[in-house]
Amino acid sequence: MKLLKLVPEGTNVDFMRWRNVALLLSTLLTVASISYTIYRGLNLGIDFVGGEVVRVEFAQPVHIDDLRSRVGRMGVGEAGITTLGNDRTYQIRLAKPPGPETASNVMVSKLRVAIPQQYAGAKVDAGESVSGKVSEELADNSALAVALAMLGIAVYIWFRFEWQFGVGALLTLAHDISMTLGFFAFTRLPVDLNVVAAFLTILGYSLNDTVVIYDRIREDLRKYRKMAILPLINLSLNETLARTVVTSVTVLIALGILMAIGPQVIFGLAIAIFLGVLIGTYSSIYISAPVLVWLGVKPDSFLRTDDKDSAQPEAA
Amino acid sequence: MLEFPRWKVWLIGLVIAAGMILSIPSLIAGTPLGSRWPGWMPQYKISLGLDLAGGSHLLLEADSADAQKQRLQAMEDSVATELRRDPRIDIGDISTNGGRLSFMVRDPTKVDAAVDRMRNLTKPLALTGNRDWDVQVVDSTRIVLTPTASGTAQAMKDAMSVARDVVRRRIDPSGTKEITVVTEGGNRVLVEVPGVEDPEALKKLIGQTARLEFKLLDLSANPADVQAGHAPPGSEVVPMASGGGAIAVKRRVMVSGDQISKAVQSFDENGRPDIVVTFDSAGARRFGRTTQENVGKPFAIILDGKVLSYPTIESPILGGVASITGNFTVESAHDLAVSLASGKLPVKLNVIEERTVSAELGQDSIHKGVVASVVSVIAVIIFMLVTYGRFGVYATIALIVNAFLILGIMAMFNATLTLPGIAGFILTIGAAVDANVLINERIREEIRRGRRLIDAVETGYHEAFRAIFDANVTHVISASIMAYFGSGPVRGFAVVLLIGVVTSVFTAVYFTRMLVALWIRRSRPRELHI
Repeated sequence: MKLLKLVPEGTNVDFMRWRNVALLLSTLLTVASISYTIYRGLNLGIDFVGGEVVRVEFAQPVHIDDLRSRVGRMGVGEAGITTLGNDRTYQIRLAKPPGPETASNVMVSKLRVAIPQQYAGAKVDAGESVSGKVSEELADNSALAVALAMLGIAVYIWFRFEWQFGVGALLTLAHDISMTLGFFAFTRLPVDLNVVAAFLTILGYSLNDTVVIYDRIREDLRKYRKMAILPLINLSLNETLARTVVTSVTVLIALGILMAIGPQVIFGLAIAIFLGVLIGTYSSIYISAPVLVWLGVKPDSFLRTDDKDSAQPEAA
Repeated sequence: MLEFPRWKVWLIGLVIAAGMILSIPSLIAGTPLGSRWPGWMPQYKISLGLDLAGGSHLLLEADSADAQKQRLQAMEDSVATELRRDPRIDIGDISTNGGRLSFMVRDPTKVDAAVDRMRNLTKPLALTGNRDWDVQVVDSTRIVLTPTASGTAQAMKDAMSVARDVVRRRIDPSGTKEITVVTEGGNRVLVEVPGVEDPEALKKLIGQTARLEFKLLDLSANPADVQAGHAPPGSEVVPMASGGGAIAVKRRVMVSGDQISKAVQSFDENGRPDIVVTFDSAGARRFGRTTQENVGKPFAIILDGKVLSYPTIESPILGGVASITGNFTVESAHDLAVSLASGKLPVKLNVIEERTVSAELGQDSIHKGVVASVVSVIAVIIFMLVTYGRFGVYATIALIVNAFLILGIMAMFNATLTLPGIAGFILTIGAAVDANVLINERIREEIRRGRRLIDAVETGYHEAFRAIFDANVTHVISASIMAYFGSGPVRGFAVVLLIGVVTSVFTAVYFTRMLVALWIRRSRPRELHI
C-alpha cells in the first residue's frame, strides 16, 4: 500500500525569502485587528458584562422584529434578542440594570409575566444571571489567566532555549491573540467563558508548533555550525514541514467535524480553535522563525560558555 | 530500543488495564449494562457537569454588612451576659452605633473590673497576635469595643464554613443528593444542584436566614412612640411580618433558634399550618424558666427581624415543645421548618449568579457531542492509517488507550465532565496525535538519511521526544494557570487538558514504543514501510 505523503520528499520551500512581505502583512493585520477590536468592541456574553439571559419557546412562529418591538414596550430596559436556530426559540438578553442586585430579578419576573400574556403558549425558561461584580471578576481573572499563561510559557522557552526564542514565542502569541480577538470583533460571535478556554488552547497549540520548529532550529544550529542563519532556518522549517502539515490537517479534520455536527453550545469554542490552528501554523513559520534572525541568533548561541572560550582562539 | 524488559511491558499493560477498568462504570452508566457491572469492581464514576446533565447553579455571596451587624449583636448579648455575672458592675445602656459597642460604667472604680471581663470575651487570633476585638476606655468611664479587621475576616471565614453546611442541609436534608456546595473565595458559596430546573425553590430555601428568637413584649412602651420607631431603653422596635405596624420587645432573647433540635410542619387546632419546634435540653430549660416567670405576659416570636406572632403565655411551657403560628401556607411552613431544623445562616446570602440548564438541552448536547467526537476520532484514525500504515495502527491503538486512560483518571478523581471538558478532551487527542506525527515523521527522515531500521526508529523516538516534552510542558503551564485562575467552564477544560497531557505522553511515546519494539523483536522486518 502506498502511504499518503502530504509533503513530498525533498520539498524545499524558501520560506525566509518572503519573510519581509509576511512581516508587513502580519503587522498590518495585527494593527487592523487591534484597532477594529477597540473600535467595534467584542460581543461580550453575560459572563463578562453581567445581566440576565432567558430562553423563550413560542407555540407559534414569531418574527424577530415583532418580538423586539413588544419586548421593547415591556419596560425591561435594553434587550438583545437573538434567534436560536429557528423562529420559535429566541434568547433574550437583558442588560444589568443599575441599582441593587435584585433589580435584574425584577426585570426577568416582568418578562416571565408579560411574554405569555402577549404570546399564548410561550414558555420562558429559567435562564442565567450574572451580577456585575461577578462578571467584572470573571473578565479580570480571564485576562490575568491569559497574561500569566503567556508569561509563564515565554519564561519556560527562555529557560529551555535562549532569550531570543522566548521573545519570539511571546511575539507569536501576541500576534495570535490579536488576530483571534479581531476575528471575534468582526464576526460578532459572543465571547463567553468557553471562548477563553479556546484562547488558551490557541496559545497552547501555537506554542506547540513554535516549540517544534524551535527545537529543530536548536538542533540544526548545533549540527551545522558554519551555516548562515537564513538557510539554516529554511532547512529547519522544511524538515519539520511534513509534521506541521500532517498535524494541522489532523486537528482541522477533528475540529471541522465538531463544528459541523457538534452541539451548538461549543460552536464558538470550536471555531476559535479552528481559526487559531490556522493562525498558529502561519505564525510559527512567519513570526517565530524570522524573529530569531532579527534578534541575531548565532550558531554559537547553544554552546556552553567554556566551549565558547575554547572556540575563540581558533577564530582569532 | 529492542530491550523492553518484561517488567516494563507488564507495568504498561497494568496501567492500561487499570485505566480501562476505571473508565467502564462511567461509560455504561445509564445503560442496561450499568446494573450488571460486578459490585466488587471499582465503582468510580465521572459526574456530568450541569451543562450536560441539566440543573441549577447558584453563586451566593455573604452580605458583609449583615455579617457585621450579626456579629455586633452576638457580642452585645455576650457583654450583657458577662456583666450580669458581677452584680457590682452597674452599666448604662449598650449602644451599637457606628459598628462599635459602647457602654458607660456607672461606678468609676469598677471600670478596670469591667475592662478585664471584656478582655476575657475577646479571643486571640492565630498567627497575627491580634485579638478579634479592641477594648478601649474612653472618657475614663466609657468602654468601647471595636471589631478588628483581622477579627472581622476570621469571623467571616468561620461564618462561611457554617453557612456552607447550613445551605447543604437545607437543600438536601437527607444528605443523599449529588449536590455541590462549596465555598469560593472568602465570602461566597457555590451551589450546584443537578436535575433541579426551577431555582426559585432553591432561592427560597437559601434566602431565609431563619434567625428565630423569642422575646418578651415591652408593655411599658408608649404605643405612639413605638409606631414612630422609638423604644424605651433595653427594648427595640420590631415590625410585624404581616406588614401592619410594629411592636416593642425587650432586647434580651428568651431563647433562640440555635437551641432548636427539631422542627416539623404541622397544623394547629384550627387546622392552619404551623411549625412545631422542639428545643434541646438547655433551650427547653431556659424556655421553661422564662415562661414560668412570665405567665400571663405576651412574648413575640421573631423570624429574621420580623414578628410572626405574639401569643400570651398561658402556662409555663416545660416540655421544650412550642408551636409557631403565623400567616403560613403549608409550603411556607414546610420551608421554614426545614430552615429552622438546619440552623440559622450565620450571615445573609445574596444570589449573585444564577444559571439553569434544562436537561433536554443537556441531553441533546451530550448526544451531539458524543456523535461528533466519535466521527472525528474515526476520521482522524483513517487519516493516520493512510499516512503511516502500520505506525498509524499503533498511533490509533495509543489514541484509544489514551481516551480510556483520561476517562479512568477522571473517574478516579470523581472529576466533572463539562462541555468545555469535552473540547479539552478532543484537544488532548490532537496533542497525542501530534506526538505520534512528530515521531513518525522523524523516523521517515532518519530512514531517508540512510539509517538502518532499528537505528532510525530509535533515533526517531529519541529526537522527537525533546520537542514533545517541551511542547507538553507549555500545555501544562497554560493548563495549570487556567485551572488555578479560571472559573467554572475554564477550569473544567483545564483539568481534562492536564490529565490528557500526562496520559498522551504515556500512550503516544512509551506505549507506542513498546508496540514497535515488540513488533520488531517478533518479526524482524528488513525494511520499514512508513
